[in-house]
Amino acid sequence: MSDYQALMARCEARLAQLAAQAPIKTTPLAEKLEAEGISRRDFMKWSALTTTALALPLQFAPMVAKAAEVADRVPLIWLHMAECTGCSESLIRCDTPTIDTLLFDHISLEYHETLMAAAGWQAEENLEHALEAYKGQYLLAVEGAIPTANGGHYLTVGCKGHTGMEIIHETAANAAAIVSVGTCAAFGGVQAAAPNPTDARPVDRVISQPVVNLGGCPPSEKNIVGTLMYFIMFGKLPPLDMFNRPKWAYGARVHDNCERRGRFDAGEFVETFGDEGAKEGYCLYKMGCKGPYTYNNCPTERFNHHVSWPVLAGHGCIGCSEPNFWDTMADFETSLGRRELHSLDKTADFIGGAILGATVVGIGAHAVASIFAKDNKEEQE
Amino acid sequence: MSKRVVVDPITRIEGHLRVEVEVDENNVITKAWSSSTLWRGIEVIMKGRTPMDAGLLTQRICGVCTYSHYRAGTEAVENALGMTIPVNAQYLRSLMQSSLYMHDHMVHFYHLHALDWVDVVSALSADPAAAAAEAMRWTDKPVAAGEGELRAVQERVAKLVASGKLGPFANAYWGNGTYQLSPEQNLIAVSHYLKALEVQRVAAEMLAIFGGKQPHPQSLVVGGVTSVRDMLSPARLQEWKSKHAQVHDFILRAYLPDVLMAAAAYKAEPSVLGGAGVKNFLACKDFAIGNGQYLFQGGVIMNGDLASVSDIDPAMIKEDVTHAWYQDGPALHPYEGVTEPNYTGFTKRETVYGELPTVDGDGKYSWVKSPRYNGEPVEVGPLACLLVNYARGNDKVVNAVNGLLSLTGLPVEALFTTLGRTAARLVQTQLVCDAALETFDALVNNIAVDQETYRQPVMDPSQEYIGHSMIEAPRGMLSHWVRIAGGKVANYQAVVPTTWNSGPVDANGKVGPYEASLIGLKLEDPTKPLEVIRVIHSFDPCMACAVHVMDYKGVDLGQFQVGTSAA
Repeated sequence: MSDYQALMARCEARLAQLAAQAPIKTTPLAEKLEAEGISRRDFMKWSALTTTALALPLQFAPMVAKAAEVADRVPLIWLHMAECTGCSESLIRCDTPTIDTLLFDHISLEYHETLMAAAGWQAEENLEHALEAYKGQYLLAVEGAIPTANGGHYLTVGCKGHTGMEIIHETAANAAAIVSVGTCAAFGGVQAAAPNPTDARPVDRVISQPVVNLGGCPPSEKNIVGTLMYFIMFGKLPPLDMFNRPKWAYGARVHDNCERRGRFDAGEFVETFGDEGAKEGYCLYKMGCKGPYTYNNCPTERFNHHVSWPVLAGHGCIGCSEPNFWDTMADFETSLGRRELHSLDKTADFIGGAILGATVVGIGAHAVASIFAKDNKEEQE
Repeated sequence: MSKRVVVDPITRIEGHLRVEVEVDENNVITKAWSSSTLWRGIEVIMKGRTPMDAGLLTQRICGVCTYSHYRAGTEAVENALGMTIPVNAQYLRSLMQSSLYMHDHMVHFYHLHALDWVDVVSALSADPAAAAAEAMRWTDKPVAAGEGELRAVQERVAKLVASGKLGPFANAYWGNGTYQLSPEQNLIAVSHYLKALEVQRVAAEMLAIFGGKQPHPQSLVVGGVTSVRDMLSPARLQEWKSKHAQVHDFILRAYLPDVLMAAAAYKAEPSVLGGAGVKNFLACKDFAIGNGQYLFQGGVIMNGDLASVSDIDPAMIKEDVTHAWYQDGPALHPYEGVTEPNYTGFTKRETVYGELPTVDGDGKYSWVKSPRYNGEPVEVGPLACLLVNYARGNDKVVNAVNGLLSLTGLPVEALFTTLGRTAARLVQTQLVCDAALETFDALVNNIAVDQETYRQPVMDPSQEYIGHSMIEAPRGMLSHWVRIAGGKVANYQAVVPTTWNSGPVDANGKVGPYEASLIGLKLEDPTKPLEVIRVIHSFDPCMACAVHVMDYKGVDLGQFQVGTSAA
């Protein structure tokens, strides 16, 4: 059986499993789509686009559609730790608006401090209820790093005054899957930049469960929603790179898909911002672009309904989806040139191959450590 | 017998905020404490980095008023290096700021604040036909408020409720007696809540056109703006303009009539007619609209006296840490401020929910410091901006404020309330939205003769520089202060809107805007403190911003000599 056939089989089993669960909603998606003025045809078109975005063959499109129909059966708990709420803002930018909003409606959003109507004691009750009622079924999304210095007391949330560390441990214990949304939750982010005064740590350094890391400050709305979709379709975490980022989103170097790559190859560089080269769209490498060291789909997906991305706006990539980028990629408007990055020493143009090579090893190691362990656990249950 | 009420987390805000109040036997608030429960220490992180990255890093203070700190950080360094930026860059920055306001204020009203005024469950019993007629009372061209659309929205909500899974609407304060809208009015508002989710995406795209992305745009650099290709593209310019028209339309046909509707319904509701316990207001000049003109002027009003407005004197700003979780010391000017954490935790006591950890009001209880102007607490934000400009006789502001007062039949005094603060945010949105078109025209006219967007900064590593910026962010006056030595940031300070509003009581017992706004408020049910949340939300809290960015322990920020014209 080919990999895709295996994946297809797994997907079918997962969807059957989801469909067998007691429905949360009372109206089929088809009716809701109609009420929203969205035709079946538009919906299928969207499913095909999402399938492509997830780097799956088109035969999977019907499954994406099917997954959207059962998506509401996955309760979502979204936590805010040491963060700026930029990732939540990115989430609500979901494009292809109506369908994505619908999808968002169809996940049962149990806890999200920025969006929920309840506050205080009642908000905490909602969290406690969800942890109990959906034990082992809920998806946990975390925004922000976890301050660990001073007994974790640089962050407390709730009437009971629990620290961020306590809350992460409690909510992670029975999560079906855990997604670190954004560079802070994934890698520590800005508060973990040197000298990291609160000893802020990424989620996966505070708990022992496997975690999907969505790098980006913030990650695009596509990368957030796409990852949730993957879990819903396959019931497991997506294939990950050496930093536990989903390969479908972070598998390619910004530099390799950059719209200005031809300029790089031709040796046409912006020399100062606003010069004639800048007006012509020359390469920003000399202006400090970190695209050669950064893995993300910004050049292909862009941000805000494909409106733009930093390089289109004439500024280099700052490498915001990479671990410790505040320290390793600075100064942001100075080119790194040849330097050691992630323990690899390569010049800009060759570093990609090196990282990809390491990625393969990383994935293998990680798969053994986390994914397969997760599978075994599921199969035992 | 007094009772303690704890509200934590205050949801539908940016960041982590706890509010506690003490109510008397009649459930009237006699004491209030505002406590920020997260410290990130970004002040320490800034030190030793290149000033060219100051904007990018400080932008990560907040992803909601994203761009504000980016611009303030970038302009503080420009000010330190003594440079001016090209006219095109000024206009592009102004357009990005306008785009941010249109997004941020709308999201605040519909997605963060509305559920304090709108009872979602009540909307279920509305008659959609009557609701459609009701919508026509507030504008003759309502958005998403025809009978059919309202019926569809109602059915959608009904199905959610019937499913027993209310998601983000679960376990809130529905049915509270201070909700004043009729079922039909609630239905209109719920329809607009959903519609605004779509429109906010468009508003965010406006900023992304010149900023590269939103949140956290990436096109500002010390010396100008990088999005020169977007600026020179007629298609890009028109893309911005058409999105502006789309958002503008929603503001006129939904946001404005909804505020008018709410003002009429709530104008006799006592719980929204207080909420301005501190009547000192501070705002600064901002929004370049062409020919060296600005939409808003700056100034200070004390004691609610609109007949007297003075210029800002930055030397009057001091920060008190008596009740903040930092090492004690005298009130210091921000440049001299010390940020050494001293967490003292909570104290267990009986509350309306049983025994809980609570703030120690006599001791330290928040990560936010208490800024004071000439020793007095002040409020900043849209209300402060409008009042300062009203007092200054700024024609646009006077006309807009008088227009709203005449439409609602409310007196000027009504501005000094929770309701007035919420209405002021709408008026400011409209003013900014209209002025953005002036800025746009000024940009287009200028491009025809001048395409400069950037000037290379010159920084001599052997020299020391100091500088600051003051901008009017969506939540009020924001200033950044920087000292540069050896080509690196030697010290950094940001004095942030929510710090002014949310800080704890000071050494002299003077109470800040949040805490003062709650005194005298009566709660229908202390275990479900909707009234508290409504008042606090009217300030639009942004706690990640409020908790200090800046100053490095024990290091003097330098001797800033600041003229008020430098804003």
